[in-house]
Amino acid sequence: MLTSSSDALVRFENVQKSYDGEILVIKDLNLNIQKGEFLTMLGPSGSGKTTCLMMLAGFEPATHGEIYLDGIPINRVPPHKRGIGMVFQNYALFPHMTIGENLSFPLEVRKMGKSQREEKVKKALDMVQLGDFAERRPSQLSGGQQQRVAVARALVFDPEVVLMDEPLGALDKNLREQMQYEIKHIHERLGVTVLYVTHDQSEALTMSNRVAVFDNGIIQQLAPPDVLYEQPENAFVADFIGDNNCLVGIVTSESETSCVIRTEDNSEIKANKINIAGVGSQSTLSIRPERVIVNPEAGQVPNIFQAKAEELIYLGDHIRTRMNVCGNNNFFIKIPNSSHHANLNKGDTVTIGWNEQDCRALDAFT
Amino acid sequence: MKTFIKYSLASAILAASISSAQAETELVVVSWGGAYTKSQQKAYSNPFMKNNPGIKIVNDDSSNEAASKLRAQAEAGKVTWDVVDVLPDTAIALCDEGLAIEINPEKDLAKGTDGSSAKDDFGDALISPCFIPEIVYSTTIGYRTDKVGKTPPSTIADVFDLKKYPGKRALNKNPIGNLEWALIADGVATADVYKVLKTEEGIKRAFKKLDTIKKEVIWWTKGAQPGQLLADGEVVMASAYNGRLFSAIVENKQPVGMMWDAQLFELDGYIIPKNAPHLKEAMAYVKFATDTKRQADQAKFISYGPARKSSSKLVGKHAELGIDMAPHMPTAPANSKNVLYKDINFWADHKDELSEKFEAWLAKG
Amino acid sequence: MAQDNTATLKTADGTLLKLSLERSLRRRKRNALLLVAPLFLFILITFLLPIFDMLIRSVDNKITAEILPTTVPLLAKWDARSGKLPDELVFKAFITDAQIASKAKTINRLGKRLNYEKSGTSSLFRKTGRKLKKFKANKLTGTYQEALLKIDKKWGKIATWQMIQRESGRYTSSYFLSAIDMKKGIDGAEWKDEDSQIYINLFKRTLWLSFLITLLTILLGYPIAYLLASLKTKTSNLLMILVLLPFWTSLLVRTSSWIALLQKEGIINDVLVSIGIISDNARLSMIHNQTGTIIAMTHILLPFMILPLFSVMKTIDPSYIRAARSMGATSFTAFRRIYFPNTVAGIGAGGILVFILSIGYYITPALVGGTQGTLISNFIAYHISESLNWGLAASLGTLLLLLVLALYILYDKIVGIDNMKLG
Repeated sequence: MLTSSSDALVRFENVQKSYDGEILVIKDLNLNIQKGEFLTMLGPSGSGKTTCLMMLAGFEPATHGEIYLDGIPINRVPPHKRGIGMVFQNYALFPHMTIGENLSFPLEVRKMGKSQREEKVKKALDMVQLGDFAERRPSQLSGGQQQRVAVARALVFDPEVVLMDEPLGALDKNLREQMQYEIKHIHERLGVTVLYVTHDQSEALTMSNRVAVFDNGIIQQLAPPDVLYEQPENAFVADFIGDNNCLVGIVTSESETSCVIRTEDNSEIKANKINIAGVGSQSTLSIRPERVIVNPEAGQVPNIFQAKAEELIYLGDHIRTRMNVCGNNNFFIKIPNSSHHANLNKGDTVTIGWNEQDCRALDAFT
Repeated sequence: MKTFIKYSLASAILAASISSAQAETELVVVSWGGAYTKSQQKAYSNPFMKNNPGIKIVNDDSSNEAASKLRAQAEAGKVTWDVVDVLPDTAIALCDEGLAIEINPEKDLAKGTDGSSAKDDFGDALISPCFIPEIVYSTTIGYRTDKVGKTPPSTIADVFDLKKYPGKRALNKNPIGNLEWALIADGVATADVYKVLKTEEGIKRAFKKLDTIKKEVIWWTKGAQPGQLLADGEVVMASAYNGRLFSAIVENKQPVGMMWDAQLFELDGYIIPKNAPHLKEAMAYVKFATDTKRQADQAKFISYGPARKSSSKLVGKHAELGIDMAPHMPTAPANSKNVLYKDINFWADHKDELSEKFEAWLAKG
Repeated sequence: MAQDNTATLKTADGTLLKLSLERSLRRRKRNALLLVAPLFLFILITFLLPIFDMLIRSVDNKITAEILPTTVPLLAKWDARSGKLPDELVFKAFITDAQIASKAKTINRLGKRLNYEKSGTSSLFRKTGRKLKKFKANKLTGTYQEALLKIDKKWGKIATWQMIQRESGRYTSSYFLSAIDMKKGIDGAEWKDEDSQIYINLFKRTLWLSFLITLLTILLGYPIAYLLASLKTKTSNLLMILVLLPFWTSLLVRTSSWIALLQKEGIINDVLVSIGIISDNARLSMIHNQTGTIIAMTHILLPFMILPLFSVMKTIDPSYIRAARSMGATSFTAFRRIYFPNTVAGIGAGGILVFILSIGYYITPALVGGTQGTLISNFIAYHISESLNWGLAASLGTLLLLLVLALYILYDKIVGIDNMKLG
């Protein structure tokens, strides 16, 4: 696991940020980004992720704390001396220059010779499969092409770190998915360190080595995508990442690894103890829809309840079913569309159940 | 629909009858503005409107461009002025061009109160059949008493002496007066000025003399400007109408003095434009304004002398300040030691040429 | 479908597809034309026709033939280079014509017109007209020539008659020659006397001052527009009102404030003297000269520069600068290479606007410019409303129009009109 702080390329240390002196947008941020890592900051808008990016790029000063790049504090280093590449949501391609000139610009300000510049520009354009476009203007390119140019431009001067601020936000879904793979492959090929900001969880899960989930100016959880999905540490992360069912109740008993939660309709659920404040406190249970078993045999799982099918949504590969269980009528399960799947109609009552392991007892979710 | 037409017709008739009931003849009287127009307003227009309730007098301060504007109005085929206060040379030129109507003094002007006929009473002042004389006045030099040292300027040559009196001067943006003064300052006797000015060399000589002060001159175009420029301290001396200087010195107590040397003496009077919109009222107005009493009255408000002899004896005291007006008149013996009488015929003939030369000279820089 | 089939394509009811398309397009064209028609008529009547009228006036010369109807054809036969005066017939015709004109009071108009050609003609005609009123042909003792020469010796000069002959055509080029300080001589165009050459200098001065004012508005307007564009809309709107304030102030108020500020005893001089920058007897002359014109016109035209600049700057995404900075450009380089080139369109639009406006400005220069700060338009106004030499005014106006068009074409060649953005 990439965690030791000594060999971190980028290090945020107790960073705080406030714009107006009243509200902290970033509350005590500590984060290490390893060399070669693809780290994504994921969170709803206004959660502070873009502010972190801007502080690292040098466009916003940190109100408190220090940011290190390669072990050197950079709070007082102006943006153009940080050597950080950047890709913007609106691409920010210079409209008065050709694509070639756009890519050549960072090399020119570094006083690179002409032949070397041309070679690097060509290489960078080839990398994004736009080798023939050097003479065109940005306005003559499609959105996807412009995005590729923006990526090439951020990489052409071999920065150690590349920041990407929702770079795919303006593209349509198909193109976005295609670009995700392309960026991922470029990252893998070049081994450059990428700090990526998005509010789209599938983008984050697809591309990243690690994902930092932001909310309210705090990193809620920092983990690789699979850990984030399988083992969310709090109710916000569980709910923000992927499909999730929430059951709210009071902790009635706890042991070392498990606990029992009583919901409002007095159902008692055995759960995996992750993040609770002790007996008598409130807790949110997180159960992924695909982990719910329909018609379990008695004793197969510890939690078995009667559930009523309220709504069925046909989605091709599976049938998404809204159930009323344990007093929650917003409980979704996925019934795979296999040859002998359970045949359920609206209004039917069935038994459903889940494992203690798949039911994570988390903090009270407000 | 029918009722609509009926109502709208009725209201139109109603509106028409109201407006006709209020209708006044608006008589447009063009003059020089400022203190001068005010004196005419008090001495002539207010009593005239009192006697003729249907007539409203509208003042227009365009006399400085009277000739050109009237020509433009005639060219456009729509004359909007009824009475125009102009200088005699302008009156002659407009008369020659057929833009002013000719009058018969005996019939159209009032007799003197002393019984003399209008023709005798106005005498030499009737210089053109179109010209209705009103006042005599002069253009003189005013100066800032606090900026000319211990010896204030006393001759017209002092105006052209930048060494003795450094600083800006304000002069009328017009060849009339400036060319004559330039020659007098250059040594030409006052009586010979126009003889010299009729020759090419004379004109050259005048412009050459003007060249010596050209850089220090601010050119004014409206009668009120020199007084303002003096009051602001923007210039140390300025040519101005004697009535304006009177009002700056006596009425407004400005630190301004005046000298009468080579005062440019001339008449001022009315013409009635051809095709004036209200000819009858205009005739009545000029007859009233130039009668003996009204002429004498005007001198109560400004230091311009009446053009008719019968009024001269009646000139008394200033209406508000109560001072004797006679010593402030251009005709007072103390003021008229060296008088430059403007040659009206010379200027009627030569204004076009000399104006063109003057403008070109100004533009040369 | 194969290409050669297109000609025979038909619509459902059997008409040719191309024909049917053309018909539907024709209807659209007609509708478009109808929509444009009122504006076109308005422009035709209020703009194009007056300009056409101006062009005509700059060459129109029917007055001579109108006032001297019998003299003109006779004089045309006279050989101007013969070295002799025209014959008696011409003199007789002239006296007859002039007498009629004198009674109709039109002779002085001709005198005024011919005075443009030779100074002194106006007084000659006035004098002649006055004297001819009393002239009676039946009491004539000598020849007509003698009678006319008795009135003024100038009638005995060949040059006088050459001039009348030259200017008796329906059209004349003398106004245009005059507008470039030339006159017609016996051997074609020649320069006027040194003393009366003024217009070329005025054109030069107008161009130079307009250029200077444009430059000043760019220098002063650019930072303000940048500030406005980078502020929040609420604040920038408030500041925009301040920028537009001179627009809403009446000319008289504005002029008096300039005078109060700039004159010798004015506020600026007082402040400079009181803080000891200049001494009391070396107060600056900032009004009634070129400085006055430059200051006042820069002030009044500044909004015309700021508005297009502002609207162009508003469209420049701040991320351009950030991108450039992240790529290693210093803030100056980012401005020079990225921000500035993107504002060129606004500078072009504002520049051409201010330049063309200042070329035609005349009220402000007339009020604060003295004699050295007046522009060519002041002379056009002078000739229109004071000297009433409309022909010269029209030819000066035409030249000015051509000048502006030439500059416009030049601008298009260098910068490109497409690059101009008004917002």
